[in-house]
Amino acid sequence: MSLLELKNVYKIYGELHALDDVSLTVEKGEWVSIMGPSGSGKSTMMNIIGCMDKPTKGEVLLDGVDIAKESKKNLTNIRRDKIGLIFQQFHLVNYLTALENVMLAQYYHSMPDEKEALEALERVGLADRAKHLPSQLSGGEQQRVCVARALINYPEIILADEPTGNLDEKNEEIVVELFHKLHDEGTTLIVVTHDPEVAEVAQRTLVLRDGKLSKEIVNEHFTGKIRFDDQNPF
Amino acid sequence: MFGRMIRGTLVRQWKKMLMIAFTIALGASLASAMLSVMLDVGDKVNQELKTYGANIKVIPKEASVLSDLYEVEDGNAGRYLKEDELGKIKTIFWAFNIVDYAPFVNAKSTLDDGSEITVVGTWFNHHMDLPTGESLDAGVASMRSWWDLKEGSWLDEQAGESADCAMIGAEAAKKLGVGAGDTVNVSGSSADKQLKIVGVYDAGGEEDSEIYCTLDTAQELAGLDGSIDSIEVSALTTPDDELSERAAKDPSSLTVAQKEQWYCTAYASSICYQIQEVITDSVASPVRQVADSEGAILEKTQLLMVLITILSLIGAALGICNLVTASVMERSQEIGLMKAIGAHNGSVSLLVLTEIFITAIIGGVAGFFAGFGFAQIIGHSVFGSAINMRPMVIPIVAVLVVIVTLIGCIPAIRMLLRLRPTEVLHGR
Repeated sequence: MSLLELKNVYKIYGELHALDDVSLTVEKGEWVSIMGPSGSGKSTMMNIIGCMDKPTKGEVLLDGVDIAKESKKNLTNIRRDKIGLIFQQFHLVNYLTALENVMLAQYYHSMPDEKEALEALERVGLADRAKHLPSQLSGGEQQRVCVARALINYPEIILADEPTGNLDEKNEEIVVELFHKLHDEGTTLIVVTHDPEVAEVAQRTLVLRDGKLSKEIVNEHFTGKIRFDDQNPF
Repeated sequence: MFGRMIRGTLVRQWKKMLMIAFTIALGASLASAMLSVMLDVGDKVNQELKTYGANIKVIPKEASVLSDLYEVEDGNAGRYLKEDELGKIKTIFWAFNIVDYAPFVNAKSTLDDGSEITVVGTWFNHHMDLPTGESLDAGVASMRSWWDLKEGSWLDEQAGESADCAMIGAEAAKKLGVGAGDTVNVSGSSADKQLKIVGVYDAGGEEDSEIYCTLDTAQELAGLDGSIDSIEVSALTTPDDELSERAAKDPSSLTVAQKEQWYCTAYASSICYQIQEVITDSVASPVRQVADSEGAILEKTQLLMVLITILSLIGAALGICNLVTASVMERSQEIGLMKAIGAHNGSVSLLVLTEIFITAIIGGVAGFFAGFGFAQIIGHSVFGSAINMRPMVIPIVAVLVVIVTLIGCIPAIRMLLRLRPTEVLHGR
């Protein structure tokens, strides 16, 4: 059974079909990129997969559970237990330290564990910045705190929305390297991006256009590393 | 973690929280000031009104019957009250509420030119040592504080040379062409007296054509040794309500419990009843005009204070509403994030409410003490005395602060509940 399966999913706002008959599957441990221009429906898909929104029509099976039929409360529980979210804008709580920001996800999941949170920061190379406030961290460091927060509860899927959108090349590489490590550990990754260099490091790239899946590219030379050269298929 | 988040908000967003605390403090201070004054205002207004004269008049029973039958104000039908029972007035259940009283004897007298004049015998500043061990200076010197002294001074009974001294009304003084230091010869039904005028007063009423002297002097003139015509009593009273009105009409219509409640409440009617119990063959009745004004003024003052309290609390609720809503709007991304990583509406609401309530407690405590200060300012500037803080003000203000804070938080909490993470997290 696939970890995630979308069957004929529609999301309609009035006349606008933000998602129009989208079907896809993501296997456990897979690294998938979702690409597309602005307004193609990437964020809508991200919201639905992330249990933050429901489709107008269709089935969204996450670990066998149709989230389209779940209540708001259950969606929150599924999100808390199965999904780790990474945002373009980082969204760290500005009055909490890096460590406390990681512990926040633990707090809403189960019990805050400072030692475990510190280990998560160590995994992203920020143990020495644990007591710093977000305002004292660089963009790349903030995104790494965001990654640590996303992985702290051992989610089934890590869902990253434009994770490198606000980062320079060096930090982009660091974050992609982190994704690579997570993938090696068996974490399922879904990365929404419009950056071809980030998209192509995934095992598979789905291209959205006007709410429809227009192309699927399988990376036969998957390495999990960015190729800053002309061989990029995008 | 919850504590760290609360501390983080309070410490790092102290300016916003300070504004919220200030708004709550403002509402709480006005509420506690108004409540303190309102609960204490009954006594204060009563005391204030006492300066405008007596509120209970005691006359002989027969005189009262005649007065009721023929609507005659003057005259006592040859019946008198006993002077030696005067001290008993300070032994009734509500003795401490009797702030002043004075007996009166009217001696119809004749002047040298044959014209008639009323010589009123009374207490001016009569000193009494009560059986309770207290001492009291009672008399018209304090009960007629509005008399305007035109010449001389008040008659001082305690000076020793008060016998045959008198004060004369301005109108009578003008008619007789006398002033302070002069003497006036008066002939009563039993004796003649040469009264030394120590002061000339302007009362603005019929007293201006009368002469006021000591009780003994008037009794000698009228031949009424040990007798008095009437007593005026100034008492602190509770405004009338349905129970007191029923009791005033017919005390026997009350049940035992009602009668006990009535008797143990300082209604003018229950004080009158108790005075009648100690003064033989007397009828004590409230001077309606004064008693009614006391009630009316008190009710209006309290209503005004209730309105000010309500308005201040509405103002505080609106202020809190704006500030908390603005704070939630400003923190919408943070709240959206919490929801996105698994926080339920309840836990986010609890977080925001805890922050606001901690701020409310700080503001409420500060406001309570500020309100106590305001109450003292009001007390000193309006009533010339301190306002006693009633302990019940504390729980009332606490409950009001909680209610106002909760009401003020409603729009923000509704907004927080409706907030969807998707609307605030993508930032594009």
